[in-house]
Amino acid sequence: MSSRVLIKLSTWLYIGLFFLYLFGPLAVMGVTAFNDSSYPQVYPFQGFTLKWFGGLFSDADIMYGLRNSLWIGLLVVLVSVPVGLAGAIMMTQVYARARSFYYLIVVSPVLTPGVIIGISTVIFWREMTGATGTRFLYDGTLMTVVAQASFISAYTMLIFLARLQRFDRAQEEAALDLGASHPQVFLHILLPFMRPAILSASALAFLSSFENYNTTTFSILADKTLTTVLAGRVRQGTTPAISALAVVIIAVTLAIAVIYELAKRREDRAREARLRRVQQEEDRQLAGNPAVAAN
Amino acid sequence: MHSSVGHSLILALPLVIVAGFFLLSILERRRLGSLAPVSFWRRNGIAVSTYLVVAVGLWAVIMIVLPQLYMIDLSLRPKLPPAQTSGPKDVYTLENYRYFLYGSTTSTANWNTLHIKAFFLTIGASVTVTLLNFAICYPLAFYMAQVSPKARVRLFMLLLITPYWVNEVLRAFAFRVLLGSQGAINTLLLKTGLIDQPIDFLGLDVGLYAGLAYAYLLMMMFSLYNAIESLDRNQIEAARDLGAPWWYIHWSVVMPHAKPGIASGATLVFMLNAGALAAPLVLGGPRTLWFTPIVYDRFYQAFNWQQGAAYAFILLLACVVFVLLVLRLFKLGLGEIAR
Repeated sequence: MSSRVLIKLSTWLYIGLFFLYLFGPLAVMGVTAFNDSSYPQVYPFQGFTLKWFGGLFSDADIMYGLRNSLWIGLLVVLVSVPVGLAGAIMMTQVYARARSFYYLIVVSPVLTPGVIIGISTVIFWREMTGATGTRFLYDGTLMTVVAQASFISAYTMLIFLARLQRFDRAQEEAALDLGASHPQVFLHILLPFMRPAILSASALAFLSSFENYNTTTFSILADKTLTTVLAGRVRQGTTPAISALAVVIIAVTLAIAVIYELAKRREDRAREARLRRVQQEEDRQLAGNPAVAAN
Repeated sequence: MHSSVGHSLILALPLVIVAGFFLLSILERRRLGSLAPVSFWRRNGIAVSTYLVVAVGLWAVIMIVLPQLYMIDLSLRPKLPPAQTSGPKDVYTLENYRYFLYGSTTSTANWNTLHIKAFFLTIGASVTVTLLNFAICYPLAFYMAQVSPKARVRLFMLLLITPYWVNEVLRAFAFRVLLGSQGAINTLLLKTGLIDQPIDFLGLDVGLYAGLAYAYLLMMMFSLYNAIESLDRNQIEAARDLGAPWWYIHWSVVMPHAKPGIASGATLVFMLNAGALAAPLVLGGPRTLWFTPIVYDRFYQAFNWQQGAAYAFILLLACVVFVLLVLRLFKLGLGEIAR
């Protein structure tokens, strides 16, 4: 066998093993959700059943946790998208000498373990609400939103920064010269330019919030989210009902991810088509211009 | 020093920093004179400027800086009954850190081996898992970034992102289903007659390490991919034409170029591992002691928040030290890895 074939073969073997490692455990767990056996097993397959799914919707804790998770996710999007956008715009305007210090502060939540973000938020709010007599603010759901938003805003900021680097400030100046006010420029020039990034940031923020465990388990106090209910169940014992819940969660997340990916691709195609049209139009005009044609 | 001093200092600090930013901008403008760019307020208009300052201010001060400072502050205070909090006994002390080292707030006779061992095990295992992740991801990242056709990269990316969105608790649970004593692998081995007793993978911590290596694999993958992707393929061709063997091309062309990506992948994966809570809870054997569950127990089992804060700060320090070490090792600035 030639060495070329050998290399090709080993490359594909490695890729195969890699994806087996990536999907194998999830696939096994998925199969156990449909097996009629009281311990999550693949083999022996004692018969196809949907009974593990049936119990989920009548489970009060799970439904309550799900509702709470959805609320928290929505609120986190509402906080972290505007905050991340402001953080990114600020980054482009802050004085060069202060930039690295500013960057260090706003990026630090990305490099801080999630448990510590949860812990520090709870401590701060406990002391703060105790000292100012606003105890009602010491609330699990509220603190979870704040704690999650503190690092998710850093994620969204990084997305916005990447997009802002391609922003042409001449557009802004043209609008101002034509008599637009500053808020108008922001609303009609910058925000439309940022639209795709705002959509990706919202999707990312929601999914990060929905699947978060480390920060939430500290900040949620006695309240529940879907993830903390799930963690409690997993610690109690290994049953196929958890596999069933996993299948549902994976299906929902996948659906969101696929819709998001499709939307992004459609947007990409539309942009490419627009660029092509502009190019054609330009070519046509140049062709009709004798001064250019003579060159 | 009495602890009431600390709070006023902590609350003053952000004000000083914000004031510093304004002062710096005034000085900078004066230095530049007529060359100074349009001022922040004029450039953005009042409404947008206010939004920017308020949003960033609340985020940086209330959500990022103050909580961390309050945590450090609490870790330096003694646990007192509520009536005595901020009373005369509420003075700064190192007793919570002493407890971590000696297992007692007063005596220094014995080492607190249980917690110290758990701490170093966590750090050591996180470093190992980080190296392992690098080894697993590098070939595929290189393949995707430099070798495979674009359409295949898109497909691979989609395949890679998918399991990443599955919750951490569930990823750990999947490994439990796989590796439990009645799990899929043990069943398979028993049926084929390779073993006659189920292997206790979870008790041996195989489950924990496999689960951890799995959990944050993709952070490493994306960091490496982004870094290698920006390498001009001609550089590799040139090295090959000059007769460099493949391993030397990787060592002295690809890896130096991908240095920021390697560093950011390593710091992210290390930090996520050291702070992992779900995998140790779900997959840890009865004798495994990971550091984060101990921190959790300080808070919600022992209800000693002062100690918990100290333990959390120790963990945070370990992560900061690791980041600095990586930066030093790779001779990079922070701005180059956190992107």
